[in-house]
Amino acid sequence: MDAEQVKLWEGRCVEEQPPACVAACPLHLDVRAMMGKTAAGDFAGAFAVYARFIPFPAIVAHVCDHPCEASCRRAEAGGGLAISALERACVEEAHVGSRRQPQRNRRPKRVAVVGAGLAGLAAAHDLALKGHAVTVFEADAHPLERLHRDFDADRLPPSAIAADLGGLAMLGVEIRCRSRIGAGDGPLGLDTLLEAHDAVLLALGPGPALAFSGSLPLDGDGRIAADPATSATVLPKVFSTGRLLGSDGAYSPIRSVHDGRRAGESIERFLQGASLTAARSDEGAGPSSLHVNIAAHGSVPPVVAADPSRGFDRTEAMAEAARCFPCRCLECVKACDYLAHHGSYPKRYVREIYNNDGIVMGNRKSNRMIDGCTLCGQCAEICPTGLDMGEVCLDARRSMVARDKMPPSHHDFALRAMAFARSPAATLARHRPGRGTSAAVFFPGCQLTASAPDQVVAAWDHLDARLPGGVGLMLDCCGAPAEWAGRVVLHAEVRASLAASWEALGRPRVITACSTCLQMFTRHHPEIAAESLWTVLAAVGLPDGPRPAVPAPLAIHDPCTTRGVPAVQRAVRGLAATLGVEVVELGGADLGPCCGFGGLAEFADRPVADRIVARRIGESALDYLAYCATCRDVFARAGKRTLHLGDLIFAGAGADPAGRPDPGPSARRAARLGLVRRLKRERWGETMDEPSPSLALTVPDAVRLDMERKLILIEDVAQVIARAEATGAKLKTPETGRFVANHRIGEVTFWVDYAVADGGFVVARAWAHRMQVEAEP
Amino acid sequence: MTPTAPEGGAETAGLICAACDRPLVVGRVRASYLGQSFPVDLPRCPGCGFVYVSEDLAGGKMLAVEQALEDK
Repeated sequence: MDAEQVKLWEGRCVEEQPPACVAACPLHLDVRAMMGKTAAGDFAGAFAVYARFIPFPAIVAHVCDHPCEASCRRAEAGGGLAISALERACVEEAHVGSRRQPQRNRRPKRVAVVGAGLAGLAAAHDLALKGHAVTVFEADAHPLERLHRDFDADRLPPSAIAADLGGLAMLGVEIRCRSRIGAGDGPLGLDTLLEAHDAVLLALGPGPALAFSGSLPLDGDGRIAADPATSATVLPKVFSTGRLLGSDGAYSPIRSVHDGRRAGESIERFLQGASLTAARSDEGAGPSSLHVNIAAHGSVPPVVAADPSRGFDRTEAMAEAARCFPCRCLECVKACDYLAHHGSYPKRYVREIYNNDGIVMGNRKSNRMIDGCTLCGQCAEICPTGLDMGEVCLDARRSMVARDKMPPSHHDFALRAMAFARSPAATLARHRPGRGTSAAVFFPGCQLTASAPDQVVAAWDHLDARLPGGVGLMLDCCGAPAEWAGRVVLHAEVRASLAASWEALGRPRVITACSTCLQMFTRHHPEIAAESLWTVLAAVGLPDGPRPAVPAPLAIHDPCTTRGVPAVQRAVRGLAATLGVEVVELGGADLGPCCGFGGLAEFADRPVADRIVARRIGESALDYLAYCATCRDVFARAGKRTLHLGDLIFAGAGADPAGRPDPGPSARRAARLGLVRRLKRERWGETMDEPSPSLALTVPDAVRLDMERKLILIEDVAQVIARAEATGAKLKTPETGRFVANHRIGEVTFWVDYAVADGGFVVARAWAHRMQVEAEP
Repeated sequence: MTPTAPEGGAETAGLICAACDRPLVVGRVRASYLGQSFPVDLPRCPGCGFVYVSEDLAGGKMLAVEQALEDK
């Protein structure tokens, strides 16, 4: 897999983008986590989150200008959260003083901070946490003089300031008040400070900055000029804060804290000898690209505190915090049981898949995830940036095949089925009898041929009757299983073989009843003009004649391979209307899931495929209308009454096509063979040897269904019994009188437990394994 | 499937090799898949060496080992 492509895929998933509130906070407080804990009544946990991001929780909770609130997406569904009031509630409930301990630093440095405002003290706090010795020099009599001046005691209780200054002292920060630092080399001169310290931060407003104008340039606001990204001044070791204004130009306490934090980070990098600019993540507030489906959330009005002067009490705070959605994307995960099953979201899946791809020695734990995707494109349709997990999984599959790391069991059965569908006995490519040319050829697809061979014949005859120039017939496989299995070479071989058959027929227009075949022709055979049977029927009209009665509306399931093919989706709905059938939508033609067969998912991860089907068939109590033979049969297998559109057109009166059972894989093979033989005999007058009589096998329905789940064909069972009876290599079970025998076919050993009865054989059970076992001599 | 541990023993009771007319007994067997090979004890005919793999074993531990080897 290509690393650059992987990065592009990862970058398209927005789930890990910060929510709007977090992005709007210069310190990126994890508001979402804090709200979650508050809503659950875990105020101590919520406060711990708060204090992890905010250096002075008591002060900031009271004075923050909370840019987060203006960005809260709940504003679009009832009103934005009162995040600031909730922060105060958490502080009221759970402030226990700072418990943070400085890191043990093996090489602590000495840092001087000039100015004990919020910015300077924030830098002092962060650097002290890193284990450095920090001394703050303040000209005034008290630290945080501006807060005392700007906020009265009702807004900012002195106890809050005392609590946070206490926390700072606990970290070992020394604050020397009445210590006005100036330029020069006096006892309180900058030069002296620089001699005694490894770094100096000037956290000063415009007035005091003038004192340094001789040695440091000032900016237009009269502050010491510094790089806005790194806070570095022109002097080595000297850094400066200074950007204290909010977006509206007013003083912003939280921006001030961020300013100090950014300078602290630069000083730490400087002390470590690291780059001041590389990979910084403290760029401050910004917009969020996290997609949130607001429409999925009902409107909930804000909680109003019973006593606004006291703020939220515990219960009110929990109720208000519970209004947080919380903001997540996960749109694809909500829609797709496969994505949900693996417990995370595409960004992580892409990384897991890429890591899996890179394993040389060890367990490739993501193989089943890679092969369990239906490649249906639903996620791409839903994703705000169009990330297609199917594209990722298919790329990974191709890589696995190329490196011979594809688990053989995942696709073996499907590829054997494809080989069968392409075998001479199951294929046909001919002009209409008596014609030497074909203007068009009907390509029903191997699944309709297997599921409803009579429909194939009826549709072919109807097309030939309505279209000029003759309509030939191609019974073959479009190669989708090879494509889905990541078998590039095999797929190319199938394409070449199909193209040759089509050339031999004189390059006719292809009309297919299968949307997967249409997709394969469209994607891989630009030389072939391919069209859906349904759009052709919409144009040429339907046959006359009796049709099945459909008394109730049908819920329509669009196959995943018609996603983005509106012409087919519209034609199908139009045909249903012509037939007088009322159709109810299942959430949109382009938005539905796959039936679980796509991408060969059901062969690699049947439980997940079953879950996808169960959810889909549970969406409506109505009978379903499908127009893909596989979707129809998969739903029928799961017990959902489902009609195929072809049933409505060609099945005739009196039939109950919605009740038609899934034929299962063994009968599908028989149907393909039977159709080819029948057409050759009836349409071309060929005489054929009858197939050698097969074993007189009885397979009770329950046993057959169990075998189908284990991917065991009746033909496999017949081979096992035939060999056992011919060679005598079998086991006896005296108490039941039955026999147990095995036979290895291809890479699989099949076992059958059977009884001999009435000149035939009754199968009791069958199982299989891939491992080979041999007695040691 | 732990190598050398008797497997599927419970289902050997009563199974008789039809060709040799001898009851199966647990014995050393070589299991192999995807180029990996290891010994296990399974019911086998002491005469012709016909090895029995029970349905439980095939769908249980043997399947788990197959899958683990496929993911190697």
